[in-house]
Amino acid sequence: MRLSTCGVIPKLSRVFEQDISLEMFRKMCLTRYFEAGVVEAIKKGSIKCIVYLSSGQESISAAMSLVIPDFMIFAQHRCHATYLSFGGNPIKLRDELLGLPGGTSGGRAGSNCLQYHEKNVAMYGHHGLIGENVPLAVGAALGSGKPTVCFFGDGAAEEDYVFAAMGFAATHKLPVLFVCEDNNLSILTTVDTRRGWSMTNVAKSFGMPAYETVDDPWTVYLKTQEMKNQLPAFINIHTCRAYWHAGAGIDGPPEWDRYNIVKNELENLGLAAQMNQIETVVQIYMEELWNKRQ
Amino acid sequence: MEQKTVADTIREITRKHLTQNNGLLLGESISAVGWVNNTVPNCPGIIELPMTDVAGAGIAVGTALVGRRPIFVIRFQDFLILNGSPLIFYAAKTKELHGKSAPIFVRAIASEGLGPVHSGVLHSIFMHFPGFRVCSPMTPKEYEEIWEDFLANDDPMIVSEHRTSYSNTQEMCDVIVENADITLYAISSTRFDVCKAAEMLNEDGIKCNIINIVWLKPFSVTSRLAEPLVQSKRGIVIDSGHEIAGASQSIAYELTQATGYSVKALGLYDKTKCLCPPFQNKAPDVNRIYEIAKEICGRRF
Repeated sequence: MRLSTCGVIPKLSRVFEQDISLEMFRKMCLTRYFEAGVVEAIKKGSIKCIVYLSSGQESISAAMSLVIPDFMIFAQHRCHATYLSFGGNPIKLRDELLGLPGGTSGGRAGSNCLQYHEKNVAMYGHHGLIGENVPLAVGAALGSGKPTVCFFGDGAAEEDYVFAAMGFAATHKLPVLFVCEDNNLSILTTVDTRRGWSMTNVAKSFGMPAYETVDDPWTVYLKTQEMKNQLPAFINIHTCRAYWHAGAGIDGPPEWDRYNIVKNELENLGLAAQMNQIETVVQIYMEELWNKRQ
Repeated sequence: MEQKTVADTIREITRKHLTQNNGLLLGESISAVGWVNNTVPNCPGIIELPMTDVAGAGIAVGTALVGRRPIFVIRFQDFLILNGSPLIFYAAKTKELHGKSAPIFVRAIASEGLGPVHSGVLHSIFMHFPGFRVCSPMTPKEYEEIWEDFLANDDPMIVSEHRTSYSNTQEMCDVIVENADITLYAISSTRFDVCKAAEMLNEDGIKCNIINIVWLKPFSVTSRLAEPLVQSKRGIVIDSGHEIAGASQSIAYELTQATGYSVKALGLYDKTKCLCPPFQNKAPDVNRIYEIAKEICGRRF
């Protein structure tokens, strides 16, 4: 059974600087409220193309983007949170989802293929074949020598070419951080139905540092800090998607809601006022962003 | 001074690319047994991939994304079925989707007589997908020209090589004869057999134009291709790949549409290429080309 506390370092939030905790939350808000606008746009019919929503999983990118903002990024198909957290322009994302020329790929690629090459961000677009980005990321790290982060899901982790690419990275000691955003679901089929092995153990068998945790942003932040100097490395992060695999429907209540867990933690840290202000500012910004296109 | 072979040409182009252009060469078992028929130099910049075809192609495409213009060696074209996914779904699409190119030079090497999964010629499959440049050079100069084309463009390129050509030192010019009876359009290794078949046909009184087709995509019916057909009124496109939905049928269709003259496609039978005779289903050879051309010309000897 998955638990929201698996791998969490107790009381870690208390040793973090307030600014970092609040900035992680602000980045979580970017995804949460941007995608609230997406859901409304779908209901109104202005978004007609398929979308893959990140809500529920947003804490992972929110934390990592503060530790490795200069890494090359190879995102998975569920990539809105990665895009927004690492500095992608929300207006361009909105326009991409609406199929407009101002979108990240001129409206050609859509939700699961976001790319962004501005303001020192190098995010390469996924094309929809799960796990395809893993060998691409490894090749980009090989060719450039630049540190690279590669996100993929628990389903993609089962692709044979993912193993092979990770093994190659281990052999050549390439600077890649492999991140499995493990929401336990391939469409709706759970991990324990699909396999009886652990991706973390596979990574360890390649000889790379590997860690298993949940999407507690403080733990993710700390572990990313540790691992970024030991690349290649792997981290499996259990998380819960809030919406369907594709589209804006809801399967049922998630196993946990990290967004509200983080809010509670910030309140416990005495940061409620700042937190509420951040949330309000982001909410208003995103509502205005979407109202301009409704 | 010995004349330069196709293999020599490939090797020297590669050496320059790796040592002077910051290029890379990736492939499986590159340094084993003859360095891929002596087409690969022993120099820095070679990445031995593990025996992982899909991931290997993805890694190669990744190096293309960051500007290394990799040469990706596929020892047998049949393996393109495995290697193809990152090439087709990423390298070929990324420029149109994102405006970010992945220029990768895919050396897809064909052979003959090595059985069901080592004798294939698969360039036709890659003509099908948007985003690729596809060519099949058979001479040293042609190879140099397609390499320059690769450097001048930023598209992924499928280079359909054939081991038959590696020892070739000769250039192969088009042959245009007065009052030709038929025009033979030749692709890949069949070009060598077409030359011999044309000699046999000529001895029988059938005059043949020979047009060498190096570029399969982009492809357009230029006057160089159309005028000999308009004059001869009959044509055959001959390819070493499968005929059905293959390069031969596709190009024959284009020529027919452009000129109004019927052009036959000649490629492999719709059979598996087996290891042993008589089931090898080899590329159209001298005798088959000769017989088909005679039949089309309607002559009985």
